[in-house]
Amino acid sequence: MIVEAILLTIITASTPLVLAAIGELVCERAGVLNLGVEGMMVMGAVGAFTAAHATGSPWIGMMAGMITGAVFSLLFGFLTLTLVANQVATGLALTILGQGLSAMIGEGLVGRPGVKMPSLDIPVLSDIPVIGPLLFDQDIFFYLSIAIVAGVSWFLFKTRRGLVLRSVGDNHASAHALGINVIGIRYLAVMFGGACAGLAGAQLSLVYTPQWSENMAAGRGWIALALVVFASWRPLGVLVGGYLFGAVTIGQLHAQAFGIAVPSQFLSALPYVVTVLVLVIISQNRRMTLINTPASLGKSFVPDR
Amino acid sequence: MRIELEKRPGASRLFSLLSPVIAFALTVVFGAIMFLALGKDPLEALYQFFIWPLFDVWSLHELMIKAAPLIMIAVGLSVCYRSNIWNIGAEGQFTVGAIVGSIVPVYFYQWSSPLLLPIMLLMGIAGGALYAGIPALLKNYFNTNEILTSLMLVYVAQLFLDWLVRGPWRNPEGYNFPQTRDFVDAAMLPEMMASGRAHYGFALAILAALAVWFMMRFTLKGFEVNVIGQSQRAGRFAGFSSRRMVWFCFLLSGGLAGLAGISEISGALGYLQPQISPGYGFTAIIVAFLGRLNPLGAIVAGLVLALTYIGGEGVQFTMGVSDKVTRVFQGMLLFFVLSCDTLILYKVRVIFAGKSSEAPPGQPVEEKAS
Repeated sequence: MIVEAILLTIITASTPLVLAAIGELVCERAGVLNLGVEGMMVMGAVGAFTAAHATGSPWIGMMAGMITGAVFSLLFGFLTLTLVANQVATGLALTILGQGLSAMIGEGLVGRPGVKMPSLDIPVLSDIPVIGPLLFDQDIFFYLSIAIVAGVSWFLFKTRRGLVLRSVGDNHASAHALGINVIGIRYLAVMFGGACAGLAGAQLSLVYTPQWSENMAAGRGWIALALVVFASWRPLGVLVGGYLFGAVTIGQLHAQAFGIAVPSQFLSALPYVVTVLVLVIISQNRRMTLINTPASLGKSFVPDR
Repeated sequence: MRIELEKRPGASRLFSLLSPVIAFALTVVFGAIMFLALGKDPLEALYQFFIWPLFDVWSLHELMIKAAPLIMIAVGLSVCYRSNIWNIGAEGQFTVGAIVGSIVPVYFYQWSSPLLLPIMLLMGIAGGALYAGIPALLKNYFNTNEILTSLMLVYVAQLFLDWLVRGPWRNPEGYNFPQTRDFVDAAMLPEMMASGRAHYGFALAILAALAVWFMMRFTLKGFEVNVIGQSQRAGRFAGFSSRRMVWFCFLLSGGLAGLAGISEISGALGYLQPQISPGYGFTAIIVAFLGRLNPLGAIVAGLVLALTYIGGEGVQFTMGVSDKVTRVFQGMLLFFVLSCDTLILYKVRVIFAGKSSEAPPGQPVEEKAS
């Protein structure tokens, strides 16, 4: 049963990574590099916690987290898409502002009891031994993360609109020449990324640790960014990578609990070190990364009039 | 309502000077709105935040203490960002500079010599540069994104410091506090003036800014940085190696961040502890942009951002406003700096609904004339 308990915690730890990363993937597929994931996540977390705390409803909290993330991402969209500001610098600004704002908003909420999102027991299926409780007795965030990954995968590669979105990310000048509204599509993609990051933040403050603490994203937003590279911009890769990283995070926690004779700080550093190592291994294969990298990624676009 | 941009024929000199000023003014206006929302008298709060510290000797010294690391780090980052290389892990390089620079005073805690301080500073620089060398190496030989690797290494450095001061480096006579032994006097950067505790770190920061400014302005290396930053292709045609540029930028900015780290320890603190920086490495990114990626601009911008730290502490103390406003001010400032930079390269036109998207008559002619 300990294996099952560990697997359960891995799922909880992986869900926010998957959510944030799939949103960023769509954003990057549209050619926009938003480094503000960490900031959008903490804003989503504090928005969700505040709303859930005020209303007592985790569902309203979840919606609030999602909306907070999406609205907050509009700041980034306005600067980079309308005012063509540098995407890297603006993303950093979003993170710095998000960390400050969330800490300020949440200051009075530290230590307050949170509202935990209940798990949704799917009848019959959850009675299956082992995988039942693992896959069919989870909170809504888990189901959502799977559904969004599947939906994004279908949207990007099976629909005309997905093709349009990818074309905007691969060659914005040609897409514009074809009459596609490049800026409009990028705005939508940025907001989708923001909503997903907000959901990921909501998961942190409603499920992972149902309370508020400053900087509770703790670098997960950056790991989500690395996950998109790891996945070489393919949705399924985000799912695999998210669970891999979730396992590393949980593995180090359990190792600490078992009192393994390595200083706890070294174990805590493990997810970051693993991220660097994985990035090295993935990026080394230049040909593979180049195939899927959106060609216009990070480049500003000013429509000629 | 819609906003349209029209490219200027060249960069506007006027707006490249004016845009940071406009950005700062907008930050103050939005800051006032924020204080109002927090239920505080906005004028009083702004006065306490931005003006009062300038008329108090103690805060002026604190201002120089806080500005020193910001300027040192931002000067290096300016060179990086100018050449389109994104080192955002200065916070980690700062930490490792502080650690490596402290090796001698921690292990030979009784040794006191005029040589001690120079050794510490050089080791601090080396530590920061070596740590920054990791993302540079990974970028050059494994094609790894330097933004992500340099940032991940920040967390690793902070955890390593935490382990050191709680474990092997903990002061055996320190009543179990997680900190190292106090440094001997010879390991401390002396104070610059008799009136307060501002130390020579500030002078080092100004020197660093001047030196890098000179390099950017008058040497081939500076020219190379600008060419590669504007166009990698042009740089390649000119025979400049972008790989060497990655090394140069990371080692320079890492070295300066390391110098900032050890100066902070030997100037302001006097020992290592788990937390040694209120986010200097990240705030320096704002300093670099507010200073228009110019080393001399970084001096002014560093003082402005240092003021937000002091002002934040001030309003917390006098008006009971959360010290978190500092971070919000800093974030807003970077946002406005980046949006105002648009004015340098573009004319911004706000078009209200109903009007056609065509340019008003006379506009295109004006552009050709200039």
